[in-house]
Amino acid sequence: MRKSLEKYYRIDKLPHIWCPGCGNGIVTGALVRAIDNLKLNKDKICIVSGIGCSSRAPGYLNFNTLHTTHGRALAFATGIKLARPELKVIVLTGDGDCAAIGGNHFIHACRRNIDITTIVFNNNIYGMTSGQYSPLTPLGAYATTAPYGNIDRNFDLCKLAEAAGATYVARGTVYHVPQLIKFIEKALQHKGFSVVEAVSTCPTYFGRKNKLASPVKMMEMLRDNSVTVKAAEKMSKEELTNKIVIGEFLDVNAPEYVEEYMKIIKRAQGEE
Amino acid sequence: MKTKVALTGNEAVAQAMKQINPDVVAAYPITPQTEIVQIFSSFVANGEVDTEFIAVESEHSAMSAAIGAAAGGARAMTATSSQGLALMFEVVYIAASMRLPIVFPVVNRALSGPINIHCDHSDAMGLRDSGVIQLFSENAQEAYDNMIQAVRIAEHPDVRLPVMVNMDGFITSHAMDVLEVLDDETVRNFVGTYVPEDYLLDAKNPISMGNFDMYDFYFEHKRQQVEAMKAAREIIKEVGKEFAKISGREYGLIEAYKLDDADVAVVVLNSAAGTAKGVADELRAKGIRAGVLKPRVYRPFPQDEIREALKGVKAVAVMDRAETFSTCGGPMFADIRNTLYDLKNDIKVVNYIYGLGGRDLRLEHVEQVFEDLENIRKTGRVDETVKYLGLRD
Repeated sequence: MRKSLEKYYRIDKLPHIWCPGCGNGIVTGALVRAIDNLKLNKDKICIVSGIGCSSRAPGYLNFNTLHTTHGRALAFATGIKLARPELKVIVLTGDGDCAAIGGNHFIHACRRNIDITTIVFNNNIYGMTSGQYSPLTPLGAYATTAPYGNIDRNFDLCKLAEAAGATYVARGTVYHVPQLIKFIEKALQHKGFSVVEAVSTCPTYFGRKNKLASPVKMMEMLRDNSVTVKAAEKMSKEELTNKIVIGEFLDVNAPEYVEEYMKIIKRAQGEE
Repeated sequence: MKTKVALTGNEAVAQAMKQINPDVVAAYPITPQTEIVQIFSSFVANGEVDTEFIAVESEHSAMSAAIGAAAGGARAMTATSSQGLALMFEVVYIAASMRLPIVFPVVNRALSGPINIHCDHSDAMGLRDSGVIQLFSENAQEAYDNMIQAVRIAEHPDVRLPVMVNMDGFITSHAMDVLEVLDDETVRNFVGTYVPEDYLLDAKNPISMGNFDMYDFYFEHKRQQVEAMKAAREIIKEVGKEFAKISGREYGLIEAYKLDDADVAVVVLNSAAGTAKGVADELRAKGIRAGVLKPRVYRPFPQDEIREALKGVKAVAVMDRAETFSTCGGPMFADIRNTLYDLKNDIKVVNYIYGLGGRDLRLEHVEQVFEDLENIRKTGRVDETVKYLGLRD
């Protein structure tokens, strides 16, 4: 890590608790680099997380941080954003935290288009509790609660975000780091609800259960199975099975919730 | 047939669930409970049980799914800890008021915040007034035995209430312990086949459940729950006696350890009872008449048994692994002092809060408690009613 980035970390809290080969440090590093590239004032940023491996990240980050309850980071973040609209509010969450127990908060945050950036660390499994399948565990993949393969159909979180009303949606991976940083930068600059799904690696639980136990193998899997949005457009449904589509899915403008809220206050007070 | 095995508390509970072979288990992962349902899910996957296992998206859904299954006449279970139980809060009351015999282990863990994953009893105490029966387990053996008995207690026609089986997070759930397990057939015969009285989707006897209940009948329904809890006191003892016949281990509402001639006594739940008994033995060797009272059942509260067990004691220390923030001590302290009030024989009762968030309870701590009790007994004076053990100054 560059010396100049150290100011973004709580160095005294390191080493982190993530397993060797975990991709979460790369996602966290990508966020820090995006913030650094944009020269954002770090005292005007608030990072909120829920529960799980992903949600440990704010513990290592030297910003205003809030570690909350399982699945509820977006609800807390909504409160922060409404109380302090001048803050840049970032939610770090995981696939279980965001799409299972927090799924309802996620779709409603999308629907409101509130100006919050959500980064979903998608390791395809509940890592913290040792490998149960999550709503993003691919169909047929193995988990401690699916020893013969997962029969639950998984969400496409980006499609879900898009359908629910988010206005910036992108997916990157911890293999394609410069691109991931770019997506996070764009999400941070976006006015409205922005979602970046960062496909991460969990060699300890997802890997071991799915014959991908080495971190290198998992990285190679991300490299070999990722296709760009452009390439995916020309591929059939069958060809896209088990592929990770990366890129920007949506970047549009729509009325932002806090601004609309302020407007209605003004109107109700007869100022308009 | 009985077999001696080495299992962790979580493994022992999963084993009990396997032998009970419930119809439906719905669960969500949470430390330190996760292992129970994870191990159990492998029994399901391997066809070792007939259970339908539902991996739901939150604990609220886990208890809700168990309620749905139980309302449909199934033997249903779930399991959780801490925040998971807190998230279930709303539906645990529904399970109790709908009189559904759901058995659910709770691996006790501190409630947030600050976030912590280690043992205390704040999770269970949060639901002490919900109308569920609460059993506590000192070790893996008791957790296993309580699970099996819980099914019979919950499903008894005079009771029909959910039963929460508690054990200490990590201390009991993750530590390897030697215990005696029964063979599958004995357990299956003991728990029997569940025959629900009324259930949904019974075409011959259609009913509706969970109805709107105003000031006309709500009160009576609540009173009926109290009656069921009262009945549970006797049923728990009956089931305990019957369990002794298959296991050689009899269970009552409380365990009175060396209390017959005790001058001083400690009242404590779960694994810390083992620590307290060890200290009491050491003190007895030095001539101090120390005893321990371990409530096995916390709801319904075994008032008569506790009053009987403590009536000859001069000074009692209630050890609570939870705070109430009433500024008047822990939850069990209030219950015990209330229980002893009618005796009018001036038993001094003090309170110690210990072990919050997994803070270790050391032998020296319990020795200190007994030493304090001896001083109170000799001087008849209590300087401080509520104290904190092993807390930084």
